[in-house]
Amino acid sequence: MRLEPIPAPGPARRFGLPALALAATAALGSLLALIAGAEPFGVLGLIAKGAFGSKFALLETLNRATPLIFTGLAVAVAFRARLWNIGAEAQLYAGALMAVLIGAGTPAISGPFLLPFMALAAMLAGALLLLGPALLKTRLGVDEVVTTLLLNFIMLLFVSMLLEGPLKDPMGMGWPKSEALAREARLPRIVEGLRLHWGFGLALIAALLVWLLQSRTTLGFEMRAVGENSAAARYAGMPVERTIALTALLSGGLAALAGFSEVSGLKGNLTLDLSPGFGYAGVIVAMLALLHPLGVVLSALFVAGVFVGADSMSRAAGVPTYIADILLAAALLFMSLAILLTRFRVARD
Amino acid sequence: MEILDILLSATFWAAAVRIATPLIFATMGELICERAGVLNLGIEGIMAMGAFTGWIAVYAGADLWAGVGAAFLAGMLFGLLHGVLTAPFGLSQHVVGLGITLLASAVAAFAYRVSLPQVTNPPKIEPFQAVAPALADFPILGPALFAQTPLTWAAFAVAGLTAFVLWRTPLGLAVRAAGESPEAVAAQGLSVNGLRIGAVMVGSGLMAVGGAFLTLSAFSSFFFEMVNGRGWVCIALVVFGAWRPGKALLGALLFAAFDALQVRLQQTPMGADIPYQIFLMAPYALSILALVVMSRRAAAPAALMIPWRKGER
Repeated sequence: MRLEPIPAPGPARRFGLPALALAATAALGSLLALIAGAEPFGVLGLIAKGAFGSKFALLETLNRATPLIFTGLAVAVAFRARLWNIGAEAQLYAGALMAVLIGAGTPAISGPFLLPFMALAAMLAGALLLLGPALLKTRLGVDEVVTTLLLNFIMLLFVSMLLEGPLKDPMGMGWPKSEALAREARLPRIVEGLRLHWGFGLALIAALLVWLLQSRTTLGFEMRAVGENSAAARYAGMPVERTIALTALLSGGLAALAGFSEVSGLKGNLTLDLSPGFGYAGVIVAMLALLHPLGVVLSALFVAGVFVGADSMSRAAGVPTYIADILLAAALLFMSLAILLTRFRVARD
Repeated sequence: MEILDILLSATFWAAAVRIATPLIFATMGELICERAGVLNLGIEGIMAMGAFTGWIAVYAGADLWAGVGAAFLAGMLFGLLHGVLTAPFGLSQHVVGLGITLLASAVAAFAYRVSLPQVTNPPKIEPFQAVAPALADFPILGPALFAQTPLTWAAFAVAGLTAFVLWRTPLGLAVRAAGESPEAVAAQGLSVNGLRIGAVMVGSGLMAVGGAFLTLSAFSSFFFEMVNGRGWVCIALVVFGAWRPGKALLGALLFAAFDALQVRLQQTPMGADIPYQIFLMAPYALSILALVVMSRRAAAPAALMIPWRKGER
């Protein structure tokens, strides 16, 4: 077989195939439900209901989507420039660590500057954490996939060390968790009485800013050009190494905001289970969004919905929650194939 | 000197060879994939899938070797998916590989929960036993060679076989050419994508056997997250070994020796003063360091990560 480019794909192809990919994901979900001994279509309904079916469910989904928007943006920005940042998990923890270092107990600064300072420090930590692998890539040709992945493990152990050492809450009954953040170090709720914090608002703003950066600025253009063809970009006189370094700073900073937002908006302290893999799920979020920053918001809501819905479905129908992870990984593969086939037709040799 | 005592102890060398075993299988698997031109980031998930499949087969009553076979087949299945998506369809090897890792880990976890809904303590199976316990009393090298299970010996055999097939047979030449200059392979009338799919399937099968070693020989139970980054370490080992089976084998043994050393250093008086996390970080940091040191000399296959499309260059 070989792939023939389609000069002008029609709307049936452009929208039908992605829809088919989602339908295939749903079909797989029914099959898995059947294997787990549950009623196949009921399970899909329960997931949807658990994700969007009530005010409580919807708020839970928005809360879960918040870190996913940040990590999804981080991955989208990096992948667009072909910087394979798989280390959003580590950068998230770097951000969370800064939030706790500055905001826990009695913060050294107070007043309206505390929260912005925490956010900036978090971004800086995440940015620097990715700058290392990015420089190793551009200077020495060390593959950043492996270095960022390995840094995830190193970072988690580093956080574990601090939580059992200097950052350990003396009142924590021996649990490895940090002291709670001061009241003024907590992100306020968007609407009083509704369980949704400003981290979500910040995530939306971040998506908008990234979109503006990518579509309206020279740097955004350079990032895309480097990703599409770095040799051509170099030939056109673009500073390829500098662009990759700046991309790394932005991507790492965005992922770190996920950690800041989770600690300061939701949890109020740092534990080792702060992130159930938000960094890795960010890859799925970004790919389902076709690396578009505004699409990231939608796809983060979808991915969060599947996770939250599967939790609630699992309690009702007894199908293991891991069904969510299978469906999202499958959606990633189905969608990648579908998008390819919108532009190419399979022909026989 | 404590380090010297450790290095001279027989159990240390036995542990190093044991720790190296899953890495050898999976590193050879990754090496075969990359030699054919396909970076297989599915490795971490495929190892988890192999660990589960091997374990559940034996738990259900299969022979231990049948468990290894089941793991190999499960790995081949995910390899087929990876190969088809990345070779003929030419999708991004990064995206597909990560997708396969997420998919295979999730399938293993889901299948475990569905087959054993009520267990809290992971059930155990009767694992592989030492090859020749009687000979293990030989000083120093006795335990390192004979206190090992047959799977460890199989790992060394697989490393030798990988080197032999890749460099001494026409098939191996074709596989390497698919990763170096696919147009030459096509000019010979061979199918580049067919070779790549086959290499990824066999390589993924070996990764899964590496995972199965964890449940069938090392731990005798299945745990979530038991692969714990070993797959990513193996990708670093392939680079460290400059895509050569012999050097990669040596790298796996060195890495494992270092890992065995850090575990033992933790228990020394000096080690007790240092947070244990520092020791646990060391293997990952060492992998990064190895990549940096080898970066200038690394000779990756020329067509690695480049999809082959007939008529294009």
